[in-house]
Amino acid sequence: MKHYREILRRYKTSLFVSPFLVLVTVLCETVQPMFMAEIIDAGVMRRNLSVVSETGLHMALVSLAGLFFSVANIYVSSITSIGFGTGLRAALFHKIQQLSFAGVDRLGPASLVTRLTGDVARIQHLVLTSMRILLRAPFTLMMAVFFVVRINPDLAMALLASIPVLGAAIFVILRKGLPLFLKVQQQLDRLNGLVRENLINIRVVKSFVREDFETARFTRSSEALRDLVIRASDTVVTLFPVMQLVMNLSILAILWFGGYKVIGGELKVGELISFVNYLTQALMSLMMFSMISVAFARASASSRRITEALDAEPSLPGTSATLPDQRRIGRGDVTFRHVSFRYEGGEEDVLHDINFHVRQGETVAVAGATGSAKSSMLQLIPRLYDATAGEVLIDGVNVKAYPSDELRDKIGVALQKNELFAATIADNLRWGKPDATQKELEDAARAAEAHDFIMSFAAGYDTMLGRGGAGVSGGQKQRLCIARALLRKPKILILDDSASAVDTETERRIQANLRSCLTDTTVFIITQRIGTMESAGRIIVLEDGKIEAIGSPEELLLTSGVYREIYQSQQTAF
Amino acid sequence: MAHGDHKKQGAKPRSSAKAFRRLVSYMASDRRLLLLIGFLIIVSIASNLAGSYMIRPIINNYIIPGAPAGLAGALLLLGAVYITGAAAVYIQYRLLNKTAQRTVTRMRIELFAKMERLPITYFDTHQHGDLMSRYTNDIDRISDALADSLSDMLSSGLTLLGIFCLMLYISPVLTLVTLITVPLMFLSARVIVKKSRAYFKDQQESLGALNGYVEEMISGQKAIKVFGREKQVEAGFEAYNRDLKEKSLMAQFYAGLMMPVMQNLNTLNFVVITIAGALLAIFRGFDVGGLAAFLQYSRQFGRPVNELASLYNSIQAAFAGAERIFEIIDETPEEPDAAGAISLNKVKGDVSLKHVCFGYHPERTILKDVALHARPGCKIALIGATGAGKTTILNLLPRFFDVWEGEITIDGHPIKSITRESLRRSMAIVLQDVHLFTGTVCENIRFGRLNATDEEVVEAARLTAAHSFIKRLPHGYNTLLENDGANLSQGQRQLLNIARAAIANPPVLLLDEAASNIDARSELLVRQGLDKLMQGRTSLIVAHRLSTIRNADLTLVLEQGRLKQLN
Repeated sequence: MKHYREILRRYKTSLFVSPFLVLVTVLCETVQPMFMAEIIDAGVMRRNLSVVSETGLHMALVSLAGLFFSVANIYVSSITSIGFGTGLRAALFHKIQQLSFAGVDRLGPASLVTRLTGDVARIQHLVLTSMRILLRAPFTLMMAVFFVVRINPDLAMALLASIPVLGAAIFVILRKGLPLFLKVQQQLDRLNGLVRENLINIRVVKSFVREDFETARFTRSSEALRDLVIRASDTVVTLFPVMQLVMNLSILAILWFGGYKVIGGELKVGELISFVNYLTQALMSLMMFSMISVAFARASASSRRITEALDAEPSLPGTSATLPDQRRIGRGDVTFRHVSFRYEGGEEDVLHDINFHVRQGETVAVAGATGSAKSSMLQLIPRLYDATAGEVLIDGVNVKAYPSDELRDKIGVALQKNELFAATIADNLRWGKPDATQKELEDAARAAEAHDFIMSFAAGYDTMLGRGGAGVSGGQKQRLCIARALLRKPKILILDDSASAVDTETERRIQANLRSCLTDTTVFIITQRIGTMESAGRIIVLEDGKIEAIGSPEELLLTSGVYREIYQSQQTAF
Repeated sequence: MAHGDHKKQGAKPRSSAKAFRRLVSYMASDRRLLLLIGFLIIVSIASNLAGSYMIRPIINNYIIPGAPAGLAGALLLLGAVYITGAAAVYIQYRLLNKTAQRTVTRMRIELFAKMERLPITYFDTHQHGDLMSRYTNDIDRISDALADSLSDMLSSGLTLLGIFCLMLYISPVLTLVTLITVPLMFLSARVIVKKSRAYFKDQQESLGALNGYVEEMISGQKAIKVFGREKQVEAGFEAYNRDLKEKSLMAQFYAGLMMPVMQNLNTLNFVVITIAGALLAIFRGFDVGGLAAFLQYSRQFGRPVNELASLYNSIQAAFAGAERIFEIIDETPEEPDAAGAISLNKVKGDVSLKHVCFGYHPERTILKDVALHARPGCKIALIGATGAGKTTILNLLPRFFDVWEGEITIDGHPIKSITRESLRRSMAIVLQDVHLFTGTVCENIRFGRLNATDEEVVEAARLTAAHSFIKRLPHGYNTLLENDGANLSQGQRQLLNIARAAIANPPVLLLDEAASNIDARSELLVRQGLDKLMQGRTSLIVAHRLSTIRNADLTLVLEQGRLKQLN
């Protein structure tokens, strides 16, 4: 709620004015049956023409005034709710940019997108309808009761008696129906999951000839959904006829008691007719209110999802933009001193007491089984995560003492999972260095063995990539990512298994290029390939988050069991 | 590719009328229910109108003359009419709901069944998000329209007609007066709807663009961090967000106008009738009860007009949704099996490719003249540079794509003369990207052969070295995998993938760099498993390691679209 309040504060005036606009609108509407009673009783029954025309004119004028005020409220509420939605989206997106990866993983990337669009839209719509309708119902009810009591307090009891009956009916039905709708939502999620799974897995499904099997699974799931929806809707559907019945029976009661009162001379005919009108107005407004309460219930789930994201802890609280010390990375020595690391919410340390020192210009391979925390270890250097214990040092200074811009400027990273964007190849490469010249682009691309295939496209460097880099193969994407990292001329370069889809021959050429053009750069390479390991000066072997051995390839053959095993399993890569 | 000539565009239901007719055909099997619903709608409207009309005799005959004796009877009758109306509405809603959900479920299942039959090319060339949104947004719109809008439209139309007739009956002069304001209502409704629809379309487009941007940026989040692009990315988002704000402001404003404008026009109508009615009552002796009833009707008259205008929007949206669904249902499925295609039962596994020529795009040939012959039980390793087309060869064997030229045969039968089902059953593929299904570990392995016993599942897992890690999972073979097996490591997923192929027990194995994502130690285990798996099977392996090649009977290098033997 705190987040919402903050954004809504910008629209204080609108939020203050809107209820008045609604109140005046309601007043204009509820006064009408009074005029009508006047026309019938003073005009028609007494055959007085001037009363008819005068009161009629009043009715028309009041109606126009009502139109004016309600349009004003529509305008105010549109501005407010849409401004609110826009602000909420911006806040959410800003928050996502600050989230740690663990945070993004926990919230789910796909679900973050829905939160930003669908959920925000729902809340925005709720603000809108609230401003337009929420206050209308109590105001209308209030005014109707006021006028009705003025006409005849006894008869007003009929109206007052029907309200609790209706309220109770609404309460019972919604209480039964809303949990069912929650279940519907869950089943719908399951069904959509099934579709998504089949989209991703279509090759598997087809190769095992499981089309019918999957269709049967889908059929079961969607029939379960159907039955749930029918059950949920059946409950809520009761609402409308019940309300209608209560309303009509109230009219009946008024005609009954009112009729006798008219006969007895206590009430005029016009008053009776206006009474029926008020009843209709009051009960209609209650019905609208119940619609909104359904919307509220549905929006509360959305709101929970949004608040959850907004409340998530940003990744690096100490992001050093504010540090007075404008320290620069000079050489690119990297030292780990008793470093341990645990993922947010994780139960165990994934890295235990890591110690090593790498000098400027060295090339170090990192090897180890999957899950031995190779990537986790290297991600501590550019502070994608922070060490839980111990220190990570660059040039002898803790990484936390560097401004984050400096860390990102001087450390180049290419990941195994390639992240390219819908833009031209040149624009994608320029992420590495926004003001890079064409020559710099080409140099980097050559070093990453990407230049040739880029030029094989008709538009060369201006070739548009699809979303997520669609349009080039996996190996090509990886090479573009390496080129992008090289473009920064980094002091420290981290290649996180970033050539796994590149064939060994090309990879070897990339390695050679790196050695010749990045003589001063400290290079870390995570790899599964023995050839790559052998071409590195030193190898750090990780096992279960601990360093099993460090040394040159020759030394490790003698000292490291893990390395020997890798070596024997591959002998030489080709 | 051979299927350039798609279904003629004209077959797609471009117009609303066609979409409507097709939608109705989906409801046809519930014809009886629909008739009943129609009947109930008429009953509910009739009782509603009758209820309002009865106010006239009650006021004229009992209240004004002061006849308390008849009043009670008349009111009881009115009560009965009301209860009938409410009951009819209740049953009508329930039935409508049922029909709508049944119809939508039928469509959903047909959509899915059709999707499963689409050729691989379709999935490679269409955005998954777009397909997904047909299941969610489009189906939702249809279900809304079927459950609410269509019946509302029918009942609004009928109510309008009923009220009109009754108004005419009560007072033709007053009806004439009403008819002056009604066109005004229709006209302003039209103007507003037209305006707001245009803005809504803008809004949806803007929302789509924002959605795409966000999706890409969230999945590329690591790169954003590493390159310190947060500010630029946020600025980009800001632009999309602002655009959306402007578009939706206008859309919401115009959409919001509808209700108050209609309501006030209705009030205006009410005023005019009151005055005219009063004049009639004074000069022409028009009865007060009649005036009261007429006023009730004129209030009711505004609502359906109002509704019809907004219903038009939602029904249009539903038709658009239905068209998108029919689009898929009308897609060309995988080419049917050739006439007289045979079903291979005992496949020995003799695989041969002759002069095979293929590419994904007509202008780019990948395989120029590929020839290969694998005798039963033979292991063939394929090597070559990335992008050379090794994986493509594997894609051709189960007919995910069809060759442009040349021929592929199994046991001497051209694969085009074999039913797809038996062809695919004769081979198992282990792909580079592993994807798992929601379900238990056991179910995921059993996906390879549905009637496998639990023991067979364990055996397959043992064979492929998956057993030891599965045993350590919290619930062993019954551990539930969700989100594509997010709780497993890449290597473990790969092992399951291999176990799934093992249990299928096919004569032909297609392995695509299957071990490349596993760490060296697990790979040793996997390789032993694969070696056992490959025994007695014809295997085509896209290889990246010498060890794989060493164990192969034959190693072929793919270079410039041709296969050559390696020395």
